[in-house]
Amino acid sequence: MARVFFPTALQQLTGDLEECEIEASTVRELFVRLEDRFPGIREQLASAAVAIDGDVVPGALLERLEPDSEVHFLPAISGG
Amino acid sequence: MTTTRTGYKWVGTRPVRHDGLDKVTGRARFGADYATAGMLHGVVLRSPHVHARILSIDLTEAAAMPGVKAIITGADLPDIPDETGTGSEGGINFRDLSRNILARDKVLYEGHPVAAVAAVTLRAAQRAAEAIEVDYEILPAVLSLEEAMEDDAPVLHDDLFTLGLDSPPDRPSNISRRRVIARGDLDAGWEEADVVVEREYTTKAVHQGYIEPHAVVAETGEDGRSTLWCSSQGHFAMRTYTTKVLGWEPGDMKVIPAEIGGGFGGKTTIYLEPLAALLSRRAGRAVKMVMTRSEVFRATGPTSGSVMRIKMGARRDGKLVAATAWMAYEAGAFPGSPIGPGVMTVLACYDIPNVLIEGYDVVLNKPKVAAYRAPGAPMAAFAAESVVDELAEELGIDPIELRLRNAVTEGVRAVYGPKYRKIGFVETLEEARDHPHYSAPLGPWQGRGVASGYWFNFGGETTATVSINEDGTAVVMSGCPDIGGTRAALAQMAAEELGIDVHRIEPVVADTHSIGYNDMTGGSRVAFAVGIAVVDASRQLIDDMCARAALIWDVPREEVEWVDGRAQSVTGAAAPLTLEELASGSGATGGPLSATVTVNPRGAGAGFSTQICDVEVDPDTGLVTVLRYTVVQDAGRAIHPDYVEGQMQGGAVQGIGWALNEEYIFDRNGVMENPGFLDYRMPVASDLPMIDTVIVEVPNPDHPYGVRGVGETGIIPPMAAVANAVYAATGKRMQDLPMSPVRVLEALSGD
Repeated sequence: MARVFFPTALQQLTGDLEECEIEASTVRELFVRLEDRFPGIREQLASAAVAIDGDVVPGALLERLEPDSEVHFLPAISGG
Repeated sequence: MTTTRTGYKWVGTRPVRHDGLDKVTGRARFGADYATAGMLHGVVLRSPHVHARILSIDLTEAAAMPGVKAIITGADLPDIPDETGTGSEGGINFRDLSRNILARDKVLYEGHPVAAVAAVTLRAAQRAAEAIEVDYEILPAVLSLEEAMEDDAPVLHDDLFTLGLDSPPDRPSNISRRRVIARGDLDAGWEEADVVVEREYTTKAVHQGYIEPHAVVAETGEDGRSTLWCSSQGHFAMRTYTTKVLGWEPGDMKVIPAEIGGGFGGKTTIYLEPLAALLSRRAGRAVKMVMTRSEVFRATGPTSGSVMRIKMGARRDGKLVAATAWMAYEAGAFPGSPIGPGVMTVLACYDIPNVLIEGYDVVLNKPKVAAYRAPGAPMAAFAAESVVDELAEELGIDPIELRLRNAVTEGVRAVYGPKYRKIGFVETLEEARDHPHYSAPLGPWQGRGVASGYWFNFGGETTATVSINEDGTAVVMSGCPDIGGTRAALAQMAAEELGIDVHRIEPVVADTHSIGYNDMTGGSRVAFAVGIAVVDASRQLIDDMCARAALIWDVPREEVEWVDGRAQSVTGAAAPLTLEELASGSGATGGPLSATVTVNPRGAGAGFSTQICDVEVDPDTGLVTVLRYTVVQDAGRAIHPDYVEGQMQGGAVQGIGWALNEEYIFDRNGVMENPGFLDYRMPVASDLPMIDTVIVEVPNPDHPYGVRGVGETGIIPPMAAVANAVYAATGKRMQDLPMSPVRVLEALSGD
């Protein structure tokens, strides 16, 4: 199961939960499962960057998750 | 795509850059060099007030003036919903972008565009702009973070409600967003700490300082199709943004990239492009617009001014055990400061178990900020690295040693969450510690400082094409403007793969109609992401050419290998076929030799830099002179070391300017008083010593040659490195930038 970490701003939606484990094989599936469990979270995640196992992954919805993947949600970063 | 090799023929060498001759002879065409027959000239009428309601705009007199062909105001742009797209920190808000390009009901800073005019001559356009009558109702302004964050501050936007608060706000505010990062148990951390340092720091807004002002030529035909020639960091993004603001279709606009005379993040957004395109459509002729230097300063993005309070605690053995950071960044007139990367990077160099970081994005009556090299990180590092230096002194530990004891390494969880992949921070610290600079003797009023910095780097959407001409030469085509030598780097990677001379490869930056989409040249991404696409395309071509050789020789594909630019039979059954032979006969073996690859790669390796600065302080004048400066930075693999060193040096010099001289100076009404390079003092060559560089190479496993981005990290440590050196020279901690002679004298006179 993917280990999902929630930034402080999302913990209002997760009931102060900082992390959880979710069964999902792609980021899209993860988002669906998260929305089922924490209604409203998907909208909040729309503008976030997704980091999988330490990599910020652009356009991550179709990205595959391994059983031991770590997923973080970060502010969007582009650089200058 | 995960292997790295040594013993390269072209990677790691320093060939003459492909665009060098054009650049030094003046043949290269920058934004302002473009012209078309019958072209009009456009100018912008800008607000003289920092905050005012626009009551009316009367165009009657201006429109009747000789030679005037078109005038537009905010009323001519479509209303855009509050919609966020990718492309800047936290995304780009197209409604705000549109309102920054032409004010609607209010002007929000001095220089905010109010109208644009196109006329047959520049002077005619200027006269018409002067004849436009605007009736303003002056509003109270907010010009500092402290003012803007007060409960009773004048509010810039009635519909701006702070995001990220514990409970939803019931009234609008100038604080657009609060960001928080927390981990561990702070109380336990402070309990464990033997030494605690807490300080407040401020930095001023500074400009990217590119030499070339913004410039565009737009030509829109009767059919609504348009062409833009402009200088930017990404012509695809210019097309997306411009058509979005105008409500046009992206496919109806071709953007041809000019050479770019510096960007540093400041040319990742649009200012003139939609104005010129719309004026052209209205006038039925091409329109050229070029900013003056004053306009560049007054109306294009500086980076944020900031206020930061940092508190850090360490044990006697040097282990950092707790830290808090409170940070507020100026966003300018619309939300979107780089506070996100600010809070993520402020403590990212160190493994600290107990942390609370709180950041605020604040609007105020100044120009909307734009990206600037490693947006948000340099000011954060100024604060954090100054505190680390002070802790080292309190603990009696060498400052590099203290950093080594707390440095993040592969597998350590970054303060913002994810675990670091392969990184080279420790290696930069060790190289700095062992560098002769670090132990060189110093004289009176001289001091040495060190500081480190971290930047994420970025991948991004990318298309590249590699084609072989009939004479065996090659074309490498990308869609990313070349700011820092990427033409050469891409050609070198292709040369390495194809086994041909790098100067038999022509690297081309193609327009929006000639290649697939590319994200901007930003985030230090081109050598990484476009490099991956170019290598992939080269390898596809090699496979194709080997297959064609097998076809010619009537042997299995497995019996052909590619060696030194030739297809070779592994059994020696046939004479090798050169690239030229395969290319000239390609019609008989399947058609032209060309491969296009699109990628959106993950794995942009993070960058770290550690820098050493020696200064001498004149106690009579307060002048700080940089005597010696060394930049140590992990490049993963330096494809063209000259340009890697150039990026490291350029970043350091800009950071030194930020530290010592640069600042926007406003009068009491918020009008910028120094909108020119004479008064806005950036370092020039005679101000600084040669910046020494040490390229550390800890290869990025996610790039075929190990590349990490290098364009941004170099600007992060200098402010703290200089401040720490000034302290070593004077015994005075400088907590407010810039450390101009006046401020240094004030500090010295505080004895």
